[in-house]
Amino acid sequence: MASFATFGNELYTGKRSYDFVASKKIWFLIAAVAVALSILLPVAKGGFNLGIEFRGGSEFTVSNVKDTDPGLGEKAVQDVVAGSQPRVANVAGNTMRIQTDKLSDDETLKIKEGLTKTYGVTDNEVTSTFVGPTWGADVTKQALLGLLIFVALAAVLMALYFRTWKMSISALAGMLVTMFITAGVYSLSDFEVTPSAIIGFLTVLSYSLYDTVVVFDKIRENTSDLQASTRRTFGEEVNLAVNQTLVRSINTMMVAILPVGAILFIGAGLLGAGTLRDLSLALFVGILIGTAATIFIAAPLYAALRQGEPELIKQARRVQQRRAENAAKVAPATA
Amino acid sequence: MARTGPKNSARRVLVWLGVMIAVLTAVLAGGTMAGHASWAPKLALDLEGGTQMILAPKVEGGSGINEEQLNQAVAIIRQRVDGSGVAEAEISTQSGRNVVVSLPGTPSKETRALIQASADMNFRPVIQAGAGAAVPAESRTPDDKLPKPTAAPANSSDENWVTADVYKKFEALDCVNPSQDKQERSDPAKPLVTCEPAADGKPAIKYILGPVEVKGSNITTSSFQLQRGAQGAVTNQWAVDIQFDADGTTKFKTITERLNQFYVAAGGETGSDPKAQFAIVLDDQVISAPRAQAVITDGRPQITGGFTEQSAKALSDQLRFGALPISFEIQSEQQISATLGGEQLRMGMLAGLIGLLLVVVYSLFQYRALGFVTVASLVVAGGLTYLAIAILGWTENYRLSLAGVAGLIVAIGQTADSFIVYFERIRDELREGRGLVSAVENGWKRAKRTVLASKAVNLLAALVLYFVAVGNVRGFAFTLGLTAIADLIVVFMFTHPTLQVLARTKFFGEGHKFSGLDPKRLGAVPLYRGAGRIRTPQDKPVAAPRAKNSGAVAEAERRMTIAERRLAEKQEQGKQGQLAGSSKSASKEGK
Repeated sequence: MASFATFGNELYTGKRSYDFVASKKIWFLIAAVAVALSILLPVAKGGFNLGIEFRGGSEFTVSNVKDTDPGLGEKAVQDVVAGSQPRVANVAGNTMRIQTDKLSDDETLKIKEGLTKTYGVTDNEVTSTFVGPTWGADVTKQALLGLLIFVALAAVLMALYFRTWKMSISALAGMLVTMFITAGVYSLSDFEVTPSAIIGFLTVLSYSLYDTVVVFDKIRENTSDLQASTRRTFGEEVNLAVNQTLVRSINTMMVAILPVGAILFIGAGLLGAGTLRDLSLALFVGILIGTAATIFIAAPLYAALRQGEPELIKQARRVQQRRAENAAKVAPATA
Repeated sequence: MARTGPKNSARRVLVWLGVMIAVLTAVLAGGTMAGHASWAPKLALDLEGGTQMILAPKVEGGSGINEEQLNQAVAIIRQRVDGSGVAEAEISTQSGRNVVVSLPGTPSKETRALIQASADMNFRPVIQAGAGAAVPAESRTPDDKLPKPTAAPANSSDENWVTADVYKKFEALDCVNPSQDKQERSDPAKPLVTCEPAADGKPAIKYILGPVEVKGSNITTSSFQLQRGAQGAVTNQWAVDIQFDADGTTKFKTITERLNQFYVAAGGETGSDPKAQFAIVLDDQVISAPRAQAVITDGRPQITGGFTEQSAKALSDQLRFGALPISFEIQSEQQISATLGGEQLRMGMLAGLIGLLLVVVYSLFQYRALGFVTVASLVVAGGLTYLAIAILGWTENYRLSLAGVAGLIVAIGQTADSFIVYFERIRDELREGRGLVSAVENGWKRAKRTVLASKAVNLLAALVLYFVAVGNVRGFAFTLGLTAIADLIVVFMFTHPTLQVLARTKFFGEGHKFSGLDPKRLGAVPLYRGAGRIRTPQDKPVAAPRAKNSGAVAEAERRMTIAERRLAEKQEQGKQGQLAGSSKSASKEGK
């Protein structure tokens, strides 16, 4: 892995540099398209695939089944409620989950009996759940309220810490892009939107801001004595900072995504649908997008927001002037 | 001094961390041995199995529920669930609107019905009262002497309501240690044998009550205040006021006319005929049984005597609650099988372990021997988090849910990030040409800021979500905040001190190929070049290490304005000062 260390060295010294800031128009365009798709796709698909917590209905769980044939579950439900369309899924090894529309107490009992017989399990291996349609909405509403408060407070915190609200704006923009794209990909996956997925989204947003703060802290460090230097323009300093923290960004993303990936792939394979799978999909996508959004959206946007400041224009002019002079004169031979 | 100072303080910090872990372990061990705590964290319903009901309180008349009413609702539900004999039920509120009841196992139909029913408050006249304890079996009234009604009862206070059965029940009733058996809701047209539970130092009392005479819904409102004396001056006695509606006023007038006769006949203030009392009954339990000292014609009785501000408030709240009967609609009822929860937990742990293993492999790959510091730090962070969860499970009844487990797994990545930020800063300092010891100190100074700022964002998210959000989200936020704090403790008290110590070892200090801190691999021009050849800060390469184009930069520096050059010199001096210090320590290391 010597090459990776060299890669880091070259990024650090500026020998190797990726133009994150200068090519911002391309990144912004890509982001805009991705966000637009993320909004349009779910609309075209007819909304998200909402979980039972949002739809409302009854759910049965049958543990320790010998035969995981979904047809058995469907039949057991249709025997009691003719014409209903239950969703039957195999979750976690030998466990079946059967979701139906809202049932009366009597129907619930009958279906429970039916399932016990069809799957050949004991009475206490069948459990039933009733979820009112407002429950998931309640959870989500509170979560969104929390989100709004968090975003507002985080914006203030960042503005205070970095001494500029432009960093807050840029960080929030990066976060919004992350949010939309993650939601878009989630909708594309056709996983159910459950309260777990909502938890995943919230974490992604906090991770996105967290990641941005780390990179912005390096930008703050690099640009703090910019007025006294003619080495680089503001945009170039920002770009250097992003390049210098690139190894950190990649390493952090990898370390964050490995456990999540483990849950997603192992969990999805062995567990089937459930809390862990929904949560980890949102996280997996969100961490990837969040890391990218910091580099491609938040940092270039910050550079763009500040480029117009008179002080920085003057500084940029000084840099240009010095470079022009350097180019015009042949450097005299010195040690 | 400069060499031993940070090293000693590093050791001190490590010792403190050890002490902290030892104390937490001892606390948990003590709790476990005393039988209150357990080594395994408490599991939430979704992992342990059980039933969770989310109840939406509904106020009759349709107006929204306020916080006070919600708390009342919780109190009511708690009383009902406890009364139904379910052990270890947990009752809490959710989003300021709902009541969440978590029960182990599956509730019976009766328990469900009981929990769902609307609060039932009414007024019944007292027929007979007695001390709370059950009459011992041997001294109970023999069957032939049991009261026998001689005629149909003329009014609700009539002793003819007391049949042999009622009296038997009355004698057997134990209000000191109330039985946990479920009871059917009483019939308002029949007499009721029930308790007034012990409260505020007053002993429990049992009653035979007549049929319901006034319903709770006849109460318009209730308040409490300091009692006014005859002259209208405020005394220091608390009193509870009730106001009835028109129907209630008429009915209450009839009762008090009757009960007041008993009061007067028994000798007024000093008398003790229980028939002068009317009982305020909530969910079939007497909450207060005042005597009718006067005939109340205006529907505004005042209850006085022996109230504290608190007890007066409590009674008036209960009365108001009776005035606005709250029923409960089951919004969601979830039965979670212990098998499924256990399986999810096992899989979650398995996934977490595999994820952890991948993180270990990746950090060893990236950071070589330094990766072990990451692993050790993660282990310490994991240990602290485990202790915190186990102790909180004991003291705060914190239960780990599946969402919480997910939070823990996610935290692996975020915790490791602090180390990555720190290591990368050290590497940056090494690239600048510093010795490892000073690179660790300088890198830490910079990394500390970043770590604190970014963890502040995480903690903020956790705090806000914990206080605003509900249900699952809360458990998740809690573990996220907990791990963020554990992470900070570990970075400050373990990772940094460990590196301070390691920086002085030969393996790391000399930048062994596998140490992950090999300056050569990091492309630095070392200050120490082996066998006695030490580069003094003076012959430091002219081109600044950050230069993109060293020739051009050197040229540019020659062409600086006077002001720019002075500033650059100033900065350079500052840097050299630091470098001189580091080279000194490097030279000492070299000997």
